[in-house]
Amino acid sequence: MAVPLRRCLVQPADVARVIDRIAHEILEKSAGARDVALLGIPTRGAPLARRLAARMAAFEGVEVPTGSLDITLYRDDLRMRGVRALEPTTEPPGGIDGKLVVLVDDVLFSGRTVRAALDALGELGRPRAVQLAVLVDRGHRELPIRADYVGKNIPTSRTENVAVRLSEVDGVDEVWLDTVTEGAPA
Amino acid sequence: MKHLLSAGDLDHDTAVHVLDTAERLARIADRPVKKLPTLRGRTVVNLFFEDSTRTRISFEAAAKRLSADVINFSAKGSSVSKGESLKDTAMTLEAMGTDAVIVRHSCSGAPHRLANSGWIGGHVVNAGDGTHEHPTQALLDAFTMRRRLRGGVGDLAGLRVTLVGDVLHSRVARSNVLLLSTLGAAVTLVAPPTLLPVGVETWPCATSYDLDETLPGSDVVMMLRVQSERMNASFFPTTREYSRRYGLDRARLGLLPEHTIVMHPGPMNRGMEIAPDVADSARSTIVEQVTNGVSVRMAVLYLLLGGADIGAPAPAEAIGEPVPAGVA
Amino acid sequence: MAGFLLTGAHPYGEGATDIRLVDGVIAEVGSGLTPGSAEVIDAAGLVALPGLVDLHTHLREPGREDAETVQTGSRAAALGGYTAVHAMANTEPVADTAGVVEQVWRLGREAGLVDVQPIGAVTVGLRGERLAELGAMADSVAGVRVFSDDGLCVSDAVLMRRALEYVRAFDGVIAQHAQEPRLTEGAQMNEGIRSGVLGMRGWPGVAEEAVIARDVLLAAHVGSRLHVCHVSTAGSVEIIRIAKERGMPVTAEVTPHHLMLTEELIDGYDPVYKVNPPLRTADDVAALRAGLADGTIDVVATDHAPHTPEAKDCEWDAAAFGMLGLQTALSVVIATMVHPGLLDWRDVADRMSVRPAQIGQLDAHGAKLAVGAPANLVLVDAGAEVVVEVAELASRSRNTPYAGMTLPGKVVATFLRGAPTVLDGKACR
Ligand SMILES: [Zn+2]
Repeated sequence: MAVPLRRCLVQPADVARVIDRIAHEILEKSAGARDVALLGIPTRGAPLARRLAARMAAFEGVEVPTGSLDITLYRDDLRMRGVRALEPTTEPPGGIDGKLVVLVDDVLFSGRTVRAALDALGELGRPRAVQLAVLVDRGHRELPIRADYVGKNIPTSRTENVAVRLSEVDGVDEVWLDTVTEGAPA
Repeated sequence: MKHLLSAGDLDHDTAVHVLDTAERLARIADRPVKKLPTLRGRTVVNLFFEDSTRTRISFEAAAKRLSADVINFSAKGSSVSKGESLKDTAMTLEAMGTDAVIVRHSCSGAPHRLANSGWIGGHVVNAGDGTHEHPTQALLDAFTMRRRLRGGVGDLAGLRVTLVGDVLHSRVARSNVLLLSTLGAAVTLVAPPTLLPVGVETWPCATSYDLDETLPGSDVVMMLRVQSERMNASFFPTTREYSRRYGLDRARLGLLPEHTIVMHPGPMNRGMEIAPDVADSARSTIVEQVTNGVSVRMAVLYLLLGGADIGAPAPAEAIGEPVPAGVA
Repeated sequence: MAGFLLTGAHPYGEGATDIRLVDGVIAEVGSGLTPGSAEVIDAAGLVALPGLVDLHTHLREPGREDAETVQTGSRAAALGGYTAVHAMANTEPVADTAGVVEQVWRLGREAGLVDVQPIGAVTVGLRGERLAELGAMADSVAGVRVFSDDGLCVSDAVLMRRALEYVRAFDGVIAQHAQEPRLTEGAQMNEGIRSGVLGMRGWPGVAEEAVIARDVLLAAHVGSRLHVCHVSTAGSVEIIRIAKERGMPVTAEVTPHHLMLTEELIDGYDPVYKVNPPLRTADDVAALRAGLADGTIDVVATDHAPHTPEAKDCEWDAAAFGMLGLQTALSVVIATMVHPGLLDWRDVADRMSVRPAQIGQLDAHGAKLAVGAPANLVLVDAGAEVVVEVAELASRSRNTPYAGMTLPGKVVATFLRGAPTVLDGKACR
């Protein structure tokens, strides 16, 4: 078994800074986030959304409604591995109809997760507009999808994996790059 | 999980996982759009050798909400001998490319034969076999108890559940005893001695012949249906005597603690094992059991069919999947 | 002289000797016999037993030749070490007339692999209503002495009493399939812990025991012989033990499968384990072994019951009762009785040849291996281990519960009236 090479790309303090920057950008682009709702995609998008909301409240005093959106049941790759556990979906207080919904996820890769999220969203309600915020964009898109807010662009090869860790889930804030020997994904 | 044949197939964590999944899926039932694309392209067959409209439509609704194609195959009254028809039917379904077969049969063990005989390769869900088991009924009962009395989370540790009636012939009772005890509940079976199976003392539950003595210590009372064919087979003298000793009427309702719920898997013999006003009382969960049945069956279908086919090579990480942290 | 010379055989597993078979009888027993013109069979290390006799075989012919014929069943019997089998009466038509029993007897002669001795039905059509023409069957060329409604119980006490009495005229015996019908309506398996868990209609031991108790009392009352088929419970063994202690005229048989298999096998609902009487508990198995060892149970009888694949390839309730037995019986007895030290080879000869031949009144069978005895015998490689290959069974059916199991002992050769029916483990015809 090949031991993957691991490289820490983003340190804990940097994760916090990146989140702050995204929070500022959302406030900026949405004119104070008066009609914004944040929807985190579990697992790590959900705490990320809550942190963004907390930072936006700290910066501007706005109470941004936050929820989570499980996209498992909408995935197009369910048959490619064992059954996935369902994560909670919680609608933001006040719902999403007419809102500017910002989807929040940790890593943007092929774009398929976001496509599934758009499907899932459609059955929750009808937002005014939908935007996307991600902590890391690692490239290799397979669908015409781009993020509106990107914490960090990390060019990767397909044999690499980007692992985001958040203290709520993993006990620590970090982003790792794992290089895996060919043909043996981690 | 390849098949769901017996409630005994589910260990504690798996059982809780099914209930958690059902809880998540139940939220979807509250939405205006109830359909999910999850099982698109999958074919689910309702293979019913015995009439049961309520169970069939519950499975049908569950499969359709997950966008599976549903084929209803009612084999009742088929002219060939039962044995031939089970195997021949299975082969036909296999040739049609069936992903899952939901089978109801009057013979105990028929789903096991379907699952283990090599006639078909798909998943098998036992929707009630003879006097053996009915695992999805037990799951929906546990789900209902958990929602009402445990806030919809965790297991049923310490819950005192009393099952009353024809345990001997009840597949609901067998599955419930297995599942509820797995989930930590304390189950008591109450019935006349003629309607308790030989060997019941080895089951993971207590037994009693006295309903009145058991009711005050019950958090849940589940009344089992007494089928008409038992009524003239000397299991008890008369329906009147049965009803007097083992029926749940208004007077007995008064023996129950305030929070206790009354359940019945249906269809009910009103006036026999349960008085009409009891069936319609606020304690009764009979209507929500039906609703919960769909959620639980969605969960079972999702957990059986929502992933890679058994035996198919499954890539460790699908494209687009965020890598969970902590992978070595 | 011609004939066969078996060299170095161990009669009853004891000291090695040569055995000469000439003109259908054992002509000489002793060391260093000269072959002369005899064909020499190297029997070194092989146990020699009198040819086995089965008191309870279903050959299915006439009527269900798709499951078994006299020919295929005879071959299975010879390969199992048998030189005589008693063919049960529940054929289609039922063997309840001289015509049918003579037909079966003749088919057996034509097959020529074992002596097929027909059993006559006790009641017309096995319906339990009125006696079949027992005397006509006794007087027929088949010379029927054992009568049974096997598959069904002669449950009517008066009818049973009359049958027991009537056959005394020609020294017949009634072989009772003890099953109280009302207590076993729709029954599918032993009533006990497993039936409760599996949700199957239970078959209480008392349904067998109550009939045996009644019948031994009836037999004693009228002074007739009773034979009890396939005893399956500890309680039955106890009743028969008491009856024998009191000198009541009862004999009993046990099947190989009841000596080895228990009801836990049914957990997967595979109908290959569906049999009448049902597989019981480990306690019952222990009591049956003990009963066979101490002679309470007189014989091992196979209840060889072939069924077509369709009759078993279905759900449990729809499946037929019964399992194959002829080709595996001796191996099962070695595994369950000889290896644990419950029977020695003389006992095996007694339970599987001598006693069944006595009960069935087959004078040519079950004789002691000695000069002058009919040359019906079997040579067994007791040390061999054989995997039961379903495809290689001689029966037309495949419903063996031992498929894939490794069992001890192998029948190397069987001789019927001095002629080999099996040599080198292969049937001669
Ligand atoms: Zn029998």
